[in-house]
Amino acid sequence: MTPRQKRIWMVVGIVGGVGLAATLALQAFQDNLMYFQSPTQVLEQPIAGERSFRLGGLVEPGSVTREPGNLEVRFRITDNVEAIEVSYAGLLPDLFREGQGVIVRGKLGADGLFVAEEVLAKHDENYMPPEVAESLRMPPLIKQVEAGGA
Amino acid sequence: MWTWFHKLASPPHFYRIAGLTIPAFSWAAGLLVAAGLYGGLVLAPPDYQQGEGFRIFYVHVPSAILSMFVYATMAIAAAIGLIWRMKLAHAVAAASAPIGAWFTACALATGSIWGKPMWGTWWVWDARLTSELILLFLYLGYLGLRSSFDDLQRADRASAVLAVIGIVNLPVIHYSVVWWNSIHQGSTLLTPGAMPIAMKWPALCMLAGFALFYGAVLFVRLRGEVVRRERSAAWLREVLVK
Repeated sequence: MTPRQKRIWMVVGIVGGVGLAATLALQAFQDNLMYFQSPTQVLEQPIAGERSFRLGGLVEPGSVTREPGNLEVRFRITDNVEAIEVSYAGLLPDLFREGQGVIVRGKLGADGLFVAEEVLAKHDENYMPPEVAESLRMPPLIKQVEAGGA
Repeated sequence: MWTWFHKLASPPHFYRIAGLTIPAFSWAAGLLVAAGLYGGLVLAPPDYQQGEGFRIFYVHVPSAILSMFVYATMAIAAAIGLIWRMKLAHAVAAASAPIGAWFTACALATGSIWGKPMWGTWWVWDARLTSELILLFLYLGYLGLRSSFDDLQRADRASAVLAVIGIVNLPVIHYSVVWWNSIHQGSTLLTPGAMPIAMKWPALCMLAGFALFYGAVLFVRLRGEVVRRERSAAWLREVLVK
């Protein structure tokens, strides 16, 4: 083997070895690298009541209720399979609305109510002008009106 | 093809070519960034969800892409320098590092400014954000390691090994939003239909402009590296005295 070939194998070996080590480490910490868990994951493997964790999903349309007179708001977070009831007292991010992705940090009580200490909004990679979004929302709106009228 | 490559690797030839390329790259970068900024900040419509605030996209996304592209360039140049003992390749890696570190810092800062109004937080220890922060530390570590050697050849080789090791972080950054639940959204530019063309073209202009800016600054810095490394060479005296 020429010295140059040796050096090629050295570089390949470094990248391969570090890559393998990183892959194994990331695999081992897979659960910890999840920034949040979906309602399905939480209900499958409930996390003990005293531990704080993050729950993420969509705000279930029609589920947001506010207490008159204080900041408490209640809503359900869904992944379209399971849903968990959340209560939160505080200021919500601007993007918070029904159907929006959110991530809440807090504790799940024995009664199944998730008491949040922090609410973060999540948005997706899609961007469009308001008019386009408006026209895309038209069909479901019309259907709803028809269904309500029938 | 190889003679062209070998010729480019010779310091006097490179010095001359770089001198001719820098003005062209600088002007093209300036025009593209001006067009991209005008298109992005004035012509593009606001977003249905994020309103005018989404326009930070036009700085954040190109910075983030360049932060990774510069690292890839640096690591490949470092590997070429290690394997073929090519001095100019080590010089490319050394000249790229501060530029890449600034792109990374820009991506992190604009991301943070964007995160506060939209997500509701300046920073979270999310896989995407954390791996990008590690990229900044890799750049800073590379620069620190280089500066700790007095001998240029030893600095080149030691820092090249670090640059090559760090390339493992690039796929982690890119796929972090796919592999794990993340607060960060997926890639807009790589998802077909995620952005209408009226919003997309300024982003592509900015990206091309940033890439050419990197090229121009890289060549300026490379000429400096060549002057430093070849300071006792006869050809350099001729060029500089002329």
